[in-house]
Amino acid sequence: MRVKPLLINEKRFFFGFFLMSTRLTPEQIERYSRQIMIPDLGGKGQIRLRQGKVLVVGAGGLGCPAAFYLAAAGIGALGLVDSDRVELSNLQRQILHSTLDIGREKVDSAKEKLNQLNPDVEVRAYPVRLSADNAPELFASYDFIVDGSDNFATKFLVNDAAVDLGKPFSHAGIVRFQGQTMTVIPGKSACYRCVFQEPPQPGEILNCQQAGILGAIAGTIGSIQATEAIKYLAGMEEDLLVDRMLTYDAKTIKFRIIEVRRNPQCGACGDKAERRSHEFRQRTEV
Amino acid sequence: MKVKVKFFAFLRERVGTGEITKEINEGSTVADLWATLKKDYPKLAPVEMRLLYAVNRNYVNPDYALKESDEVVFVPPVSGG
Ligand SMILES: [Zn+2]
Repeated sequence: MRVKPLLINEKRFFFGFFLMSTRLTPEQIERYSRQIMIPDLGGKGQIRLRQGKVLVVGAGGLGCPAAFYLAAAGIGALGLVDSDRVELSNLQRQILHSTLDIGREKVDSAKEKLNQLNPDVEVRAYPVRLSADNAPELFASYDFIVDGSDNFATKFLVNDAAVDLGKPFSHAGIVRFQGQTMTVIPGKSACYRCVFQEPPQPGEILNCQQAGILGAIAGTIGSIQATEAIKYLAGMEEDLLVDRMLTYDAKTIKFRIIEVRRNPQCGACGDKAERRSHEFRQRTEV
Repeated sequence: MKVKVKFFAFLRERVGTGEITKEINEGSTVADLWATLKKDYPKLAPVEMRLLYAVNRNYVNPDYALKESDEVVFVPPVSGG
């Protein structure tokens, strides 16, 4: 009677490499002991993290710290989407990349560091730019999306695609000393388009490249995004940053929560919004 | 009546300060206040994008009628990552 579970475990070891395992090895218990001892997580929460899959859009200022903490926390699979290569001017904030990585694909550089940190995590590198065409396929196999993109077109695209596909996600934006972030559970909470309706005209707002960004701000906001993904996967859905926009001003050290709500006229999640996934590209101002 | 106004992100830089107190007419809406501010601060005039308007930490629509000593916050979207 005891032979069967052993066989199942062996099979899992060979085929799934305990990605989907429902138990933790002694090494994993030690690695994650400081978070397993948190009552809200526990061993059960840790197993849920191991079974969880998170897609990080952008391996830049926000994506690096978010992916770093997600890998450290033992997320089962971590996808990274970014078509850029590492540049010297990235290194002041994109903490997964080093001086030696200049010229490499960001996703390859990031994957290497994440696997060094935690070989348990299956890191999948997608050296592509997120588009209306590839978003449904990229999003499909993930439980949660972290938007670390660096432009409005992609931020609205992530929102619209995630809403259409019913994927929970963390939105964030940063500039200079400022950051803002909100978590969206499609169908339940306000989305990014509920709040801002549409992207500003090109050139109306300066981006990081034009306006600057302090690296540590990216760390603060990216860490919040990782925390939201971890809470979601661990089943702490009631405690997420939903229906609220968090703004952070590092210069004056002021955090502020603004209560937001679903907009019935929202182009992404409103009453009249199209639900079919291919429709979002028509709403997207890319 | 008087309301407290706060500007976030690049709006603060355009105005030159993060917070002002503003005298407005009874019954003014958030949209009215924004239109007045655009006249007071020429650097706000070209700002056409949709902002997040919050009154007393709650999201409101532009037609929200303001009351004495309300705190109004204008938050622009932030694109960086
Ligand atoms: Zn919406």
